Amino acid sequence: MSEALITAKKLDKTFGARWALRSVSFQVNQGEIVALVGPNGAGKTTLLRMVATLSRPDAGSILIGKIPLAEHANAARASIGFVGHQTFMYDDLTAEENLTFYARLYDLANIPARVREVAHRVGIENRLGDVTRTLSRGLQQRLTLARMLLHQPAVLLLDEPYTGLDKVAADLLDAIMADAKKEGRGILFSTHDLERGLAICDRALILRAGRLMYDLPRGKWTNLAGFMQIYAGVLESKN
Amino acid sequence: MKFLRQILAIVQKDIAAELRTKENLSAMIVFALLVLVIFNFAFELQGLDITVLGSGVLWTAFTFSGILGLGRSFAAEKDKGSLEGVLLSPVDRGAVFLGKAIGNFLFISVMEAVTLPLFAVLNNAAIPWFPLVPYIILGTLGFAAMGTLLSAVAASTKMREVMLPILLFPVTVPLLMAAVKLTGGALQARDFSEVANWFSILVAYDAIFLVVAFWVFEYVVEE
Repeated sequence: MSEALITAKKLDKTFGARWALRSVSFQVNQGEIVALVGPNGAGKTTLLRMVATLSRPDAGSILIGKIPLAEHANAARASIGFVGHQTFMYDDLTAEENLTFYARLYDLANIPARVREVAHRVGIENRLGDVTRTLSRGLQQRLTLARMLLHQPAVLLLDEPYTGLDKVAADLLDAIMADAKKEGRGILFSTHDLERGLAICDRALILRAGRLMYDLPRGKWTNLAGFMQIYAGVLESKN
Repeated sequence: MKFLRQILAIVQKDIAAELRTKENLSAMIVFALLVLVIFNFAFELQGLDITVLGSGVLWTAFTFSGILGLGRSFAAEKDKGSLEGVLLSPVDRGAVFLGKAIGNFLFISVMEAVTLPLFAVLNNAAIPWFPLVPYIILGTLGFAAMGTLLSAVAASTKMREVMLPILLFPVTVPLLMAAVKLTGGALQARDFSEVANWFSILVAYDAIFLVVAFWVFEYVVEE
């Protein structure tokens, strides 16, 4: 049986009087791709940031593998790769300098070879010498993917990763996720591109207003239309 | 060793970014020189003794231009969310603080190294490099440490450019007083025993606030 890489239990988060997440529990296992879907403001980004250690839950717990985030966040960070809304890159450094900097923070061995390897994986090996501010949005997103892969994390978290990617780059992202799945990593990603997201995921979590409404394995829907029927029901429901 | 390697990575990253743009350093140096020139005009017309007033002039130039660099220190980290990128990595938050503080200290020191000789030339003053330089280094150390911490605080606010001086200057009053007194003592060639109390205050301030900033930094940068 595959091991749980993310175990979230009864996560609560409020911003002022507004509930961002309410008693959210789920699990992501080794070799599993899980899509996180829901309307704007459903809590997808809050949830991903919490698992990425960038935000703390008001209540509840998260384990990365067997490591509890609340007590050992730094140990867990070595196992997490995160792509957020921002690139996390320094505009004035080259792509190579950015990747080298992050590789040093992760205290990796043989950094030049690892940087070239991930750059090749995302197709930017010829642009490594370019200053980041001169790269297009799509290339910067590829660079962000390279940063996420640098330390070969067991858990990949991606917040709307298809944004800004052309067809070729989106296909590349799908291939990266598929490879990560084969390697036994756990992937949790949010998306509004349901067609693409559902095509690659093993399971879909539907969030609405901070609540986890459904945890649907692939067998629970047969095609996009079938899923959309369930999804529309969630959006229209009052509770 | 990992801790030191991570500090070094942060320092080298800041230096590499600054060497590419030279935006911070050039702004700091130009501002400091402008302060010197303006004071020089004012004092020359009055025929005042620069050995008495020089310490105030120097530290006005150092602190106001230093704050320009400090203000950009974390603003640049926030712009593209790169601070979050750093915080995502398994790096001790103390290492992040020390890396940023060392970078800020180096940039302010470069500005001071350019400003000090010009001060001597403009005022036709003999500079007692020892003990003046050690005093300035000690003053800059505490200023950069507190400035780094409060720059991180200010960067999280909407009015970060305004917030930093409002936060920093009140906290660094003891440090600036000691630094000005010691610099004045050096310019007037006074005996160390006359300023030894100020020296103790400066060293104590540096030690206390370096440790406090190091421990508090984690709570400032994390949600």
